[in-house]
Amino acid sequence: MMNNAVEVRDLVVTRGGRQVLDGLTFTIGRGGVTGLLGPSGCGKSTLMRSLVGVQELASGTVEVFGEEAGSKGLRHRIGYLTQDPSVYDDLTVTENLRFFAKVLGVGRDDVDRSIDAVDLRSHADQVVGRLSGGQRSRASLAVALLGHPDLLVLDEPTVGLDPVLRRDLWALFHRIADAGSSVFVSSHVMDEAERCDRLMLMREGRIIADGTPGEIRDQNGSVNIESAFLAIVTADAS
Amino acid sequence: MNPRILLAVATRVLTQIRRDHRTLVMLLVLPCLLMTLLWWMFAEVSQGVFDRIGPALLALFPFIVMFLVTSVTTLRERSSGTLERLLAMPMGKLDFLGGYALAFGLMAALQSALAVGISVGLLGLEVVGPVWLLTVVAVADAVLGSALGLFVSAFAQTEFQAVQFMPALVVPQILLCGLFVPREVLPEVLEAISNVLPLSYAVEAMQTLTRTADTSEVWPDVGIVTAFALSGLALGAATLRRRTP
Repeated sequence: MMNNAVEVRDLVVTRGGRQVLDGLTFTIGRGGVTGLLGPSGCGKSTLMRSLVGVQELASGTVEVFGEEAGSKGLRHRIGYLTQDPSVYDDLTVTENLRFFAKVLGVGRDDVDRSIDAVDLRSHADQVVGRLSGGQRSRASLAVALLGHPDLLVLDEPTVGLDPVLRRDLWALFHRIADAGSSVFVSSHVMDEAERCDRLMLMREGRIIADGTPGEIRDQNGSVNIESAFLAIVTADAS
Repeated sequence: MNPRILLAVATRVLTQIRRDHRTLVMLLVLPCLLMTLLWWMFAEVSQGVFDRIGPALLALFPFIVMFLVTSVTTLRERSSGTLERLLAMPMGKLDFLGGYALAFGLMAALQSALAVGISVGLLGLEVVGPVWLLTVVAVADAVLGSALGLFVSAFAQTEFQAVQFMPALVVPQILLCGLFVPREVLPEVLEAISNVLPLSYAVEAMQTLTRTADTSEVWPDVGIVTAFALSGLALGAATLRRRTP
């Protein structure tokens, strides 16, 4: 039991009278990069918020490292990146990170490490509001990396980034996972699927496929994840 | 409550204010200019009017300004996702609120030290009681404004709405606080309402200070304003939800 980082059972979330998550049950093991792929609006962010413990649940349970998601003991063990950059626009990158580091109780060396990890060293003393969209989301990602969290929940961390940087960030996620943390990444870009150790395809609040990218492709004899996704949806409909 | 986190929040808020030069200047200079304007208006009538209205205004500024600043900044924290992020971290609600209260309390102390200094030193406002106590009242007032602003930010979806709460919640208090009509001669119903509005006590405390050196009359008023501020903060804490729909 305790080998799992995340255990989700019969998770139902409703928002504005609409069922956003439709009774999900799954587990995420320790270590590894798990990708959550699906179109925009399919419930990815809601699921991620549920893991972090900031989402009101209609029913079901979410446990992280054996504790209820969002409980006090977990708050310094989870790194969370919201979909929109959650940093202060009127502070510099370094000031933002130092503030969140103080909240987490981690040192300044960790601030430097995080800034380097997202390649913002040359913009460290710039006010976040004057950075480009991609740089702002990297500043936000740097906050999620503070304090070596055991579980990283990253909501679309690579949207709109330069391909070189995207490749570097995925390499970073794998390095973090190799060091023993679990990384849970969402994306709506299907070509990122191949970079995950395990893949969960999501559509309209349900997980429609779960396995390694290879398994998902082979199941349907598809050449890539995009066509596998289409094949599953078509099979579902008929 | 964790002092390290509370101080981190306060320092961050102060850094943000320091970075925003226009807000900083307006916070510190505007009350001084308005006091001067008030003094000038009555310069050829009689100093007595300025002595009567001036103290009330010294109570109003920190209240109004901190109400506006806090409601907009906390609304921004809610909508930008930084609040959600902080609440997913080891951040207590009281650390968050206390940090804001501390930062804005300090700003208010600075703001009223300047406004009081100019009013008493340059404009000749008569203050019989201890001048430092004026600043204490102003700080209690500022925390009250912050607490109310924080509370209403939970009910506003946009910054426009947040600003609209000012005429709704603040202007009635200004009208009924005894500045325009002494509270004793208000119609009975309005006097009763005035008696449960915190600003009435803040203004009363300021007016007492200008009249008498006996501070024993001032402390109960300060106590009432502080109690309102603390309950405002408690209400604000209730609106900070870790889990949101």
